[in-house]
Amino acid sequence: MKYGLSSWARITGLTVVALLTLGPVIWTVSTSLRTPAESFDLPPQLIPSAPTTEAYRQVFAEIDVWLYALNSTLVTALIAVGQMITAGLAGYAFARLEFRFKKPLFGLVLATMMVPLQVTIVPVFLVLKSMGLTDTLLGLIVPAWPTAFGTFLMRQYFLGMPKDLGEAAMIDGAGPWRIFRSVYAPLAAPGLAIVGVLAFNYHWNEFFRPLILETSTENFTLPLGLVSLQGNLGTGSVSVVLAGVVLSMIPAIAVFAVGQRPLREGITSAGVNR
Amino acid sequence: MTTTQHRAEAKAAVGKPEPRPTARDRGSRLLATLFLAPTVIGVLVFTVVPIVGSVVLSFFHWNVIDPPTFAGTDNYREAFTDDTVRVSFANTLIFMFFAVALQMLLALALALTLNNRLPGWLRSAFRSAFFFPLVLSAASISVVMKYLFNQEFGVINWLLGHVGIDPIPWLTSENSAMAAVVLVYVWQQFGFSFLLFIGGLNNIPKEIHEAASLDGATGIRKHLAVTLPLLSPTLLVASVVGIINALQVFEQPYVLTDGGPGDSTRTVVMVIYQSAFEQLRFGEASAVGVLLFALILAVTALQFRLSRRFVHYQ
Repeated sequence: MKYGLSSWARITGLTVVALLTLGPVIWTVSTSLRTPAESFDLPPQLIPSAPTTEAYRQVFAEIDVWLYALNSTLVTALIAVGQMITAGLAGYAFARLEFRFKKPLFGLVLATMMVPLQVTIVPVFLVLKSMGLTDTLLGLIVPAWPTAFGTFLMRQYFLGMPKDLGEAAMIDGAGPWRIFRSVYAPLAAPGLAIVGVLAFNYHWNEFFRPLILETSTENFTLPLGLVSLQGNLGTGSVSVVLAGVVLSMIPAIAVFAVGQRPLREGITSAGVNR
Repeated sequence: MTTTQHRAEAKAAVGKPEPRPTARDRGSRLLATLFLAPTVIGVLVFTVVPIVGSVVLSFFHWNVIDPPTFAGTDNYREAFTDDTVRVSFANTLIFMFFAVALQMLLALALALTLNNRLPGWLRSAFRSAFFFPLVLSAASISVVMKYLFNQEFGVINWLLGHVGIDPIPWLTSENSAMAAVVLVYVWQQFGFSFLLFIGGLNNIPKEIHEAASLDGATGIRKHLAVTLPLLSPTLLVASVVGIINALQVFEQPYVLTDGGPGDSTRTVVMVIYQSAFEQLRFGEASAVGVLLFALILAVTALQFRLSRRFVHYQ
């Protein structure tokens, strides 16, 4: 294998792109630790000359970070757990159970992957309004439970498991529920983790639906609170806004650190499972 | 057991009489119903009914407060003649073209560069770096980018100053605002295509490359003649997903420019949001939504059609 570019040129190129990719994040963290007077210093100092957590104190004074974080955690966790349940059950049914209209039903679920949220948002808003769920956290949670992608992923996952296991259990007298509960469900944990991590990442960062559904500040999630922070402090210190950004990033970064593999596998499988 | 699928299966099993449903089959069907109920009911209530609702609403004028009045095709006619709506479709298509092209080219170049003979730890470090922006929220990252793109004290113009480029009024000029939105979007999204390409490249059997090398193919030529055709199914998926996502862009222009200056970065989804939830023109918003959906379907169908000529399955 011989290529025109030497390994060193290759590594240099990749390093430049990596620095450009991570640069804005590093700048954000570093600026959030500067004093307001230093926040626009050029060249930007990587390590602030007099690091201070004053900006973070001010974020907590300006907006109710704890409440928004609690809202975000609640919404995200309940959606993630809900999706793991609905996708696990539906994925198993499509992969291993026999019933009428299996193909058209699967087609219907898959087709909804194509429908952009923005196209249905007006009627969804009206449906939620008629249920009295607008401006509630429940209104964010319930519509996010059915997941076409998660169902597809779990179906592929169950299809990949050997059929003999279920057949052996059947010969031993296990019914369909028992086969699912004791044989296949325990094997599905890694697949469910992918669904959960993907859901966590997506909904923790979600902006469009909360923006439309939540009007009272006490129902704001972190991304909404953050953008409102920017509005309140239009003339104030950039450090404060960036401290807010860093606070909202922490759980995303934690998920990245812990759930990097499931996240990657979830994304990769979108391209490989045709 | 009357579905066509079962009949076909029964026919295939020559001469075998169709088995009667046993207690176990009935148990399995009951379980399937219970297992599917949450997903299917959810999909019906929150996707299928809303699609029909959008189409119906698009033929009415409605502000939620007064009773709806029939509008015929007014909302569609307005969508085709209203300057803001027309510009938003043009903006969205321009955005889509540049965002998807840049994102795919960058991701492909990086995936091909990374895929060769680098130490494992270095490869996973680069992979993590490119993938990292995907875990951040588009809204908060756009807040950050707003400062980086600032004309006077932004880091981007400062960096450009070092290579002799005069400060660019990124977000405040009609000529460059869309470029800034595209850059922010691509910065966050290219990792997605990159991961797809890495997965696709890993799926190509090593022997094929070895055979090509034996036949004397090298460097770029090997990539063009061997890697790209084998990667074409992945390229199709990446471009389909990329286009569907790009046509729905909202957070970046909303936070960075609020659609301005003028209407230069106003996208279709911003128009839907503003006419529905700021101006309470639900019918007009629905018509624009239906048109966006039609556009997405048309572009995706066109892609699959074109792909028949270019995509090779092993």
